[in-house]
Amino acid sequence: MASPGKKANGWTPKQPMVSIKDLHKSFGDLEVLKGVSLEVMKGECICIIGPSGSGKSTLIRCVNALNDIQKGSIKVEGLEVNDPNLDKLELRKKVGMVFQQYNLFPHKTAIENIMMAPITVLKQDKDEVAKHAKSLVRKVRLEGKEDSYPGELSGGQQQRVAIARALAMNPDVMLFDEVTAALDPETVKEVLVTIQELAEEGMTCILVTHEMGFAKEVADHIYFTDRGVIVEHGPPKTFFKKAKDPRTKEFLSQIL
Amino acid sequence: MELFGDFFKQLYDTSGWNFVIFYDQVEWDRFIAAIWTTIKLIIACLIFSVVVGFAGAWAQGAKSRIIRYGMAGYIQFFRNTPPFVQILFFYFVLGNLTPSYDAGGYQEAYIGSFGWAVISLGFFAGAFNTEIFRSGIEAVPESTVEAASSLGYTRLQSYIYVVFPLAFRVCLPALNNNLVNLLKTTTLAYGIAVPEMMYTANQIWSDNVNVPEMMIVLFLFYVGLVAILVWVMHRWEKSMKIPGYG
Amino acid sequence: MDVLLPIARQQKAQAMTERLEGTFRLNLQPHHAIWMLLIFVFTVGAAQAQAPRELISPIDALVKWMPFILWGQEGTLNGFALNLMISFFAMLFGTIAGVTLGLMQISLLLPVRKGSWFVTQFFRNSPWLVLLFTIMLLFPFEIELGNMIIPVPDWMKAVIGFALPVMANISEVVRGAVRSLPTGQWESAESLAFSRRQTLWMIILPQCFKRMIPPWINWYCILAMATPLASIMGVEESVSYTAQAMNAEGDRPELLPVFYLFLLLIFFVYTYPIARWSIRLEKKFVVKT
Ligand SMILES: Nc1ncnc2c1ncn2[C@@H]1O[C@H](COP(=O)(O)OP(=O)(O)OP(=O)(O)O)[C@@H](O)[C@H]1O
Ligand SMILES: [Mg+2]
Repeated sequence: MASPGKKANGWTPKQPMVSIKDLHKSFGDLEVLKGVSLEVMKGECICIIGPSGSGKSTLIRCVNALNDIQKGSIKVEGLEVNDPNLDKLELRKKVGMVFQQYNLFPHKTAIENIMMAPITVLKQDKDEVAKHAKSLVRKVRLEGKEDSYPGELSGGQQQRVAIARALAMNPDVMLFDEVTAALDPETVKEVLVTIQELAEEGMTCILVTHEMGFAKEVADHIYFTDRGVIVEHGPPKTFFKKAKDPRTKEFLSQIL
Repeated sequence: MELFGDFFKQLYDTSGWNFVIFYDQVEWDRFIAAIWTTIKLIIACLIFSVVVGFAGAWAQGAKSRIIRYGMAGYIQFFRNTPPFVQILFFYFVLGNLTPSYDAGGYQEAYIGSFGWAVISLGFFAGAFNTEIFRSGIEAVPESTVEAASSLGYTRLQSYIYVVFPLAFRVCLPALNNNLVNLLKTTTLAYGIAVPEMMYTANQIWSDNVNVPEMMIVLFLFYVGLVAILVWVMHRWEKSMKIPGYG
Repeated sequence: MDVLLPIARQQKAQAMTERLEGTFRLNLQPHHAIWMLLIFVFTVGAAQAQAPRELISPIDALVKWMPFILWGQEGTLNGFALNLMISFFAMLFGTIAGVTLGLMQISLLLPVRKGSWFVTQFFRNSPWLVLLFTIMLLFPFEIELGNMIIPVPDWMKAVIGFALPVMANISEVVRGAVRSLPTGQWESAESLAFSRRQTLWMIILPQCFKRMIPPWINWYCILAMATPLASIMGVEESVSYTAQAMNAEGDRPELLPVFYLFLLLIFFVYTYPIARWSIRLEKKFVVKT
């Protein structure tokens, strides 16, 4: 079976890298996403904000096929996620994800965490992977911590290892789900700087965050979700100053 | 060796303490044979019980209700009946039903008393191992499995590379406890005449009327074995310890 | 990752309690007992079907000998009743000695602490059967007290033989329970000018008491299931009597499954409810504290 390459999907960089159309998602009787649509162009960085329980995590987990979808379509570089015959490996090579709770593998050192998936999943050459991993460690500023175990690292350091681990798969899109929510204020910054650098280098990013200042600075576009729908969206400048919807206004007034 | 034997011979002549196994060649050979049998018995039981535990933990996660109930029944049965009667049951009842072959004039069973001791004790300790392994797997949080699958691991790969290595470390302390218990329980093989240390000591003191001396040897032997096993397992636990956790 | 941490700790703590209790905790359900019964009925049926017609059938043989296995001849307490009696007395003596030894393990006097630790470890790590043999063979069959001669029957020796490992394990239960209390309890008592003895009896032990009950019951179950070992030394309990009963019926092979399963079953029927009760108690205590 030929793997569906970029050409086979007819995807060109002019089209949205991620495009979500009328996405519906329920857990049993509880409908969490009620028709969400959004698009992310290559190199764009979008932020999703919204009150707790509004479905932000669910939304980005759907992009990665960690949650299945009832209705609608998600296309990543032309690859349809809502397809029963989806090649999950193909999708996950394109999409990297970083979790709120880091979810590092505690029995592996930092560098092993980074190198593990490329070696065992992608069957890449060990020396190549090691070289790549080294450069990623430098990128997330963790030189000297390569051989520490996750339990020996601070929260911020662990989160940066998690970012490097996701980057080691050479993804085209990165998903970040409240990656700073479990960190203390001082360490939040070091992680945000790493993400900002990534965004500036042209990585396509989808972030769920509560850090409004950060969102204002790095996002090309901001989406506000509430109770499973996108209430309002726009570029940061207009979004923060000229929010129209009362729900957005209330949320922003509480947070800012 | 000579000197060693002479010492115990002299001890016997002067004080009456008869450590016959240390100066009489025949008893010495008997003693050494018993040591080997005991160690073989222990190792065979340990391995078999761990295999049973793995298989059981896997079966407990099975989709079929019949398999799951069967497992629960097996665990309850071995947990709530006397292990000594279990051994007798296996040897006399099941041993009676298994085929035997003609070994030059008399019938020799394919599975002898040693084999039945391993099977019976292995299933006994395996019932506990099953629960230990299962709870170890349950201790690995779903989010860690998710992280693995977001990196492209298949279900099987994430079990091999992430869940099992973690689960195994988590359940190692409980496993160690159970294996130490199993070591002590192997003495029950006495009941079906496996020539292990307990049984041989009994023969030796019957022949030589030196019960207290052999009792001392028995205690030293078993407490020593337990100490060795605890030490080895402890070292292992330590070497498997994940830095920064617990 | 934080998620693993508490669970791993919890697992380790559970392993510690399990080491104290000597067994793994299981979640018992009533339907397991039904399964046991079904297996029994099935096996008995199979053995029944195999038996030659002219001899007494295995079931009739079992029914005939059942009272003998359960309590021996009329007016005696042997058979399974003796298993129970041995377990009661061994638990009684083992508990008294074990609590004493456990308190010695937390003594402030180094020699007392070290000595009691050594005794505890020695008896905990010796196989039960070896301890039982030691007492059965080396303990005198009668004791002279002044001019009184007290005979010590075999089953009483067995009681002592079983009480020793129980003592050592209860000693560890006591020490473990005391140590599991936060040190703040000791410190606050000290700052309120309680003496050490007062602290122990009025503050520490009352709090430990509840925690010690479930492991104590657990050890009782283990003890009850160890009592068949006494048959090796000819104590006339249920396993010996089962063998005698089968012998009296001519040691026919088809009797074996029926009689041995019956033996397993009576122990199961006895320990299973106790094990369930212990788990219930424990859940109750966990919720409260
Ligand atoms: N696995 C699940 N099963 C059932 N319900 C779920 C599940 N996961 C999420 N939900 C429900 O879906 C809704 C949205 O959850 P989600 O985690 O997406 O919210 P969120 O916007 O990320 O909130 P937060 O800011 O608190 O992380 C919640 O009501 C939650 O209870
Ligand atoms: Mg969330």
